[in-house]
Amino acid sequence: MATVHTRSVARFMLTPSVLMLLAWMIVPLAMTLYFSFLRYNLLMPGMEHWAGMLNYKFFLTDPAFGEALLNTLLLVGGVLIITMVGGILLALLFNQEFWGRGIARLMVIAPFFVMPTVSALVWKNMFMNPVYGLFAWIARSLGLQPIDWFAHLPLTSVTLIVSWEWLPFATLILLTALQSLDSEQMEAAEMDGAGPLSRFIYITLPHMSRAISVVILIETIFLLSVFAEILVTTNGGPGTQSTNLPYLVYAQALLQFDVGGASAGGIVAVILANIVAFFLIRIIGKSLD
Amino acid sequence: MARSVPSSRKLVFSLIGWGIGFLIFFPILWTFLTSFKTEGEAIANPPNLLFFHWTLTNYIDVQARSNYLLHMMNSIIISFGSTGIGLLVGIPAAWAMAFVPGKRTKFILTWMLSTKMLPSVGVLVPIYLLFRDWGLLDTRFGLTVIMMLINLPIIVWMLYTYFREIPVDILEAARMDGASLGKEILFILTPMAIPGIASTILLNLILAWNEAFWTLNLTAAKAAPLTAFIASFSSPEGLFWAKLSAASTLAIAPILVLGWFSQKQLVRGLTFGAVK
Repeated sequence: MATVHTRSVARFMLTPSVLMLLAWMIVPLAMTLYFSFLRYNLLMPGMEHWAGMLNYKFFLTDPAFGEALLNTLLLVGGVLIITMVGGILLALLFNQEFWGRGIARLMVIAPFFVMPTVSALVWKNMFMNPVYGLFAWIARSLGLQPIDWFAHLPLTSVTLIVSWEWLPFATLILLTALQSLDSEQMEAAEMDGAGPLSRFIYITLPHMSRAISVVILIETIFLLSVFAEILVTTNGGPGTQSTNLPYLVYAQALLQFDVGGASAGGIVAVILANIVAFFLIRIIGKSLD
Repeated sequence: MARSVPSSRKLVFSLIGWGIGFLIFFPILWTFLTSFKTEGEAIANPPNLLFFHWTLTNYIDVQARSNYLLHMMNSIIISFGSTGIGLLVGIPAAWAMAFVPGKRTKFILTWMLSTKMLPSVGVLVPIYLLFRDWGLLDTRFGLTVIMMLINLPIIVWMLYTYFREIPVDILEAARMDGASLGKEILFILTPMAIPGIASTILLNLILAWNEAFWTLNLTAAKAAPLTAFIASFSSPEGLFWAKLSAASTLAIAPILVLGWFSQKQLVRGLTFGAVK
């Protein structure tokens, strides 16, 4: 049993972390909320005044917001579909025994450790450049017209790059879950005459369900904040075709210096992320019991 | 009982596994190879896989033109600094919650996790303005602090899940034998906790090294770590693929090696212990 003394020591040791995170969470968030009700432009210092809901009205009725919201959802959805389907297939593959599996697995998880600016620029230039890129060369070798990826399919291009970065994450976590599957249960099902497909649907998938939901939720949290990949490839363009919510807020704040409008956008982003976080925390909280 | 796998089946899976592995890894391999080409060969069509004139000039040029080592140093200082401070603050907190759990422990843990879910863009404006007013823009110190704060929840969580696996009985036995709290922590807890602490360090170095929201928004030239420096290659003036590749290879190599060693811990850390 912990003594009173240990308890007070414990509280003392816990305090710095709690205070730091409290300050980090509450202070800037309160400021964002406050700014979001102000007419406040960095180019007009000293002219700040109360604007009520005006920033929200402008931000939410701006056509760029609608497009950014749609792009955000398309990006998150696209990457989730690619990484989940790919991740499950790769996890099944790497759960099989084969020669040099460890090394092949190292190659598969490598993209996760590449910093976002590097992967975005390598893909943009060396693969997707419409003249000198590898994809253009492959297309021409096959007698096809090379695709100008970032001019015609900007959001698709960003989705592909981000999927490449996140496929290893899904694979690694689903593989870990798969490895804890009891092989006796599998053999029993096999002896009872269950085919590979029904074994997958009735045994493997239910066993992985928790890992799958964790991957979906964690990826969603990170994917809602994709920023660097867009900044270094398309700058949100052409037009606003590849602008997502974080990029729109960034552009509003640091390119147009509209603090009020950007803050309103930031609050919208926070609300969106909170909806996802609510479900994630419930799932992870269960692992504490 | 493990069944023996027939060789033909194993061969098929080997071919598929290696083929897919190679495809996924190819962009990294291609970057590595391109870093040894001349700029002309880098954009050559048809592309030259191996039989080009290997050269190190790109590595020399990147350092000479842009003081690459400064940015490498910034990355090292920011990621190691933030991890170090994070551990100083996080170890006591994780210890307290793992060994002296109270009524509010679960609430505090989930709350800490929820701060990680706060999208950075929601606090971009105030942090930028505060940094501007306090003279912290483009400083290593400012970025180290931010990096420590965004990773602190992961540090506390990871350490907590590792600490909880240490049997409390051993600690109590030591206490019975008259060990003081200090001795208990130093001689009994620490040796058992070292693997967990090491994996926490690894994961945090990786996350801090690759962070690319705050590093891009809060630095310009002086304190820019590699993420921000590489982003400067996005300007459309000319094609410097060989130099981009050289800068990229050096930037990702150390963390790739660390990452390969920490696969298992990564799963645990990134899922907050929900998948082990």
